[in-house]
Amino acid sequence: MNLEILTPDKKLYSGEAEYVDVPGQAGRTGILSKHAPMIAALKAGKVKVRDMQKQEHFFDIKGGIVEVRDNSVILLAE
Amino acid sequence: MPNLKEVRIRIASVISTQQITSAMKMVSAAKLRRAQDAIIQMRPFEAKLKEILDNLIDSAGSSAGVYAQTRPAERVIIAVITSNRGLCGGFNASVIKGVNQLIREKYPEQMAKGNVSLACVGKKGTDFFKRANAKIFSSRNEIWDKLTYDNAAEFVGEILKLYAEGKVDRVEVVYNRFKNAATQVLTVDQLLPFNIESSKNKSPKEAIKGIKPDYIFEPDQEQIIQDLIPYALKVRFFRSLLDSYAAEHGARMTAMHKATDNASELIKSLKLSYNKARQAAITKEILEIVAGAEAINS
Repeated sequence: MNLEILTPDKKLYSGEAEYVDVPGQAGRTGILSKHAPMIAALKAGKVKVRDMQKQEHFFDIKGGIVEVRDNSVILLAE
Repeated sequence: MPNLKEVRIRIASVISTQQITSAMKMVSAAKLRRAQDAIIQMRPFEAKLKEILDNLIDSAGSSAGVYAQTRPAERVIIAVITSNRGLCGGFNASVIKGVNQLIREKYPEQMAKGNVSLACVGKKGTDFFKRANAKIFSSRNEIWDKLTYDNAAEFVGEILKLYAEGKVDRVEVVYNRFKNAATQVLTVDQLLPFNIESSKNKSPKEAIKGIKPDYIFEPDQEQIIQDLIPYALKVRFFRSLLDSYAAEHGARMTAMHKATDNASELIKSLKLSYNKARQAAITKEILEIVAGAEAINS
């Protein structure tokens, strides 16, 4: 799936990813490829991304929102 | 007849002024490019945020929370975005004029009651309104030293909190919008109350697309909207700051360009009068020598 992590200042991540784990308000939510369409509000915490090479990346966010649609994930972080 | 030495000194000083203005122009041009990059960087983010928000509000109706409640305008905060530094033409003056006009036309009663306070970003605006004895609610000049979303969000967060607590009823932002390097457009933007209708109507394309995927909402739609609106407002304010930053450097670049041109013109006319004076001095000297020689001969 295609993943983009954007903040108002810069682009944190853009490209293919195998798995992304976000700190949702109702608890951590893992998103794999072909996830159903979803909009979720996020709270402060760590975003974990595993890319196609099984490399893990971590990003700290203070909140934000994630939209999953058509196998593409867009994370607007604060 | 201008004194030769005086003219020479004038020319030297104008040349050094010109060097300074042209250097400042170059610096502004570089900073402008960076500011423009930041705006371009911001665009996909902004578009996406707006799309999500529109989607949500469309399907959720009017339950947009405290930030969308319109109360009679009793207490007003006007955010004044100016620059920290001068030498940028009419950039700051136009913002100050815009603020005064806004108060005169839209909020004269609130002003008379002393219910209009100003939140200043930028030293020029802060200094002016301090001298004018306006009520300044807060001033943050150091935002310009490091323009990041976090700094902007902290500043505007305080204002949002006051609005949510009902301590202020209207929030307006006055700033220069960046159009191109030579043009700044003075903009008055009503930040609060949050206008749902306008954000709905602005996206006819989305409405035509019609079928939206059946989203799962986490935790639920209303909660997300309530979280998202302050976020969107902060982003909007940050965008205004970025715009103003780019506009400032555009204005300074233009001002410095004009100053450099004026200096070249001045140098040209000074050089002309220098050469004339030099010529006149030489002619005079020759005349004296000839006259002297003639006096000896006769």
